Amino acid sequence: MRNHSENAMKAVFLAAACVSIIAVILICVFLFASGIPAILEIGPFDFLLGRSWKPGQGLYGIFPMIIGSIYVTAGAIIIGVPIGLFCAVFLARYCPKGLYRIAKPAINLLAGIPSIVYGFFGLMVVVPLVQNYAGGSGKSLLTASVLLGIMILPTIINVSESNIRAVPEHYYEGSLALGATKERSIFRAVLPAAKMGILAGVILGIGRAIGETMAVVMVCGNQAILPEHITSGVRTLTANIVLEMGYASGLHRDALIATAVVLFVFILLINLSFTALKRRGA
Amino acid sequence: MKENNGNFWIVYKRRPASLAMRIMVIISAVITAAIIVSLIGYILVNGISHIKPELFAWTFNTENMSMMPAIVSTVYMTVLSLVMAVPVGVFSAIYLVEYAKRGSRLVKVMRLTAETLQGIPSIVYGLFGYILFVVMLGWSYSFLAGAVTLAIMILPLIIRTTEEALLSVPDSYREGSFGLGAGKRYTIFKLILPCAVPGILAGIILAIGRIVGESAALLFTAGTVAQVPGSIFDSARTLSVHMYALLSEGLYTDEAYATAVVLLVLVICINGISGLIAKKLVAR
Repeated sequence: MRNHSENAMKAVFLAAACVSIIAVILICVFLFASGIPAILEIGPFDFLLGRSWKPGQGLYGIFPMIIGSIYVTAGAIIIGVPIGLFCAVFLARYCPKGLYRIAKPAINLLAGIPSIVYGFFGLMVVVPLVQNYAGGSGKSLLTASVLLGIMILPTIINVSESNIRAVPEHYYEGSLALGATKERSIFRAVLPAAKMGILAGVILGIGRAIGETMAVVMVCGNQAILPEHITSGVRTLTANIVLEMGYASGLHRDALIATAVVLFVFILLINLSFTALKRRGA
Repeated sequence: MKENNGNFWIVYKRRPASLAMRIMVIISAVITAAIIVSLIGYILVNGISHIKPELFAWTFNTENMSMMPAIVSTVYMTVLSLVMAVPVGVFSAIYLVEYAKRGSRLVKVMRLTAETLQGIPSIVYGLFGYILFVVMLGWSYSFLAGAVTLAIMILPLIIRTTEEALLSVPDSYREGSFGLGAGKRYTIFKLILPCAVPGILAGIILAIGRIVGESAALLFTAGTVAQVPGSIFDSARTLSVHMYALLSEGLYTDEAYATAVVLLVLVICINGISGLIAKKLVAR
């Protein structure tokens, strides 16, 4: 009797554990089943490399959006990674204890702020700033990069900090004992040892930046053309979906789902490299 | 490690690269602090004056643009998603920690799927929910479609935090319980889970934060109707979606400010509570 109920309970736990596997399979199946036929109908080359997105005329080229997503993400990395990394060094090695007790929750708060609130802040503060100092309409590649750079800061800071702290203390002390300055010890002895973990954090940040939707759509300008300048408007893959899904139908709708498929493939690749890196780090 | 101040400048004069690095570190920390202060300060300072009583009127109309129905929907959405995700997530973690052999194939697959789920952008969840629940299952834009989508989205978070909480329960507890003749099920429910509750709770609170802040996954699953849903098959907008709707119409900046304040205060409270629980955990 007792064995039965033990086994039944184990079966329940196992079933629950399978839910996440089933969920991933369902997401893959339904996205690909809805997106791939559309890609084939449009033609893979016309879809992926086509330069104009004009659903009204039956033109579904998402090349500008792919480039837009890559540019915006690269911009976010260029802005967010150096600041985040140096800030993590500060938190791990310079920050006085009292300040740390305020700084750490504040950074966690930054991670918890909804993306729509970031988008609003971007629209109200960053857009006018860019408009005044860089020109253009303000809704641009640069604006989106700055905002995304801010949004990935907590990810970069938290992952880098915990990896810097995980480096054995004697690396640092040994370097100090050899007469190196504090900075030289941190940047030449500690950081190289934490390299893999920090890189994994950067990849996590890339994943967050490329998938970010609501904040970007507010500030990137949303023109579906290849950006000529850092202050021109761009449209990302995510923005393309949000902007048009509300009223799309037929092939247009399926093309938007296919856009999500492309985004999904990007994310899977990013995830794979993240997992591979983590394995190498460990 | 305290530096001797007299020595300080002599050392750095000879090591300009070190001085440059130190300056970069300080500048980055100041920039980050400035971002946090300006972001929160800007929204609170500009938003509080826009909070008016009619924004909290019970029913929504285009005159008052009340956020009350959205607040109620957010609470419902949070509860319904958690009801679905927490048991599944906690049970998954129990299987992973207590039953599965460490390093077995199933565990590896599960870890990979959990990591994959965690990395999927919310807009992709939204489209998946739209295809499966709204179109295929014919639920149309509904509260239920949104809640199930969110439940899947927060599942990896619940699994991971519960796993960590279970792993932190010392093995001697399990051995002691088995040694006294207790069964596995009894040990898990009476001994291990109670010990892991604070850790699990911290994870649930993080999940609440994600639900409250989510908008992209809900736009095409739960829709944007600004009313308290009568049933789970009605469309409804949460506070974040409400804010997006206000902004995309472009006419309601003042109301958007007020909504941003409410969202921000909610998130600060949620983070505060989760921080307190985490501190309790460390203290134990």
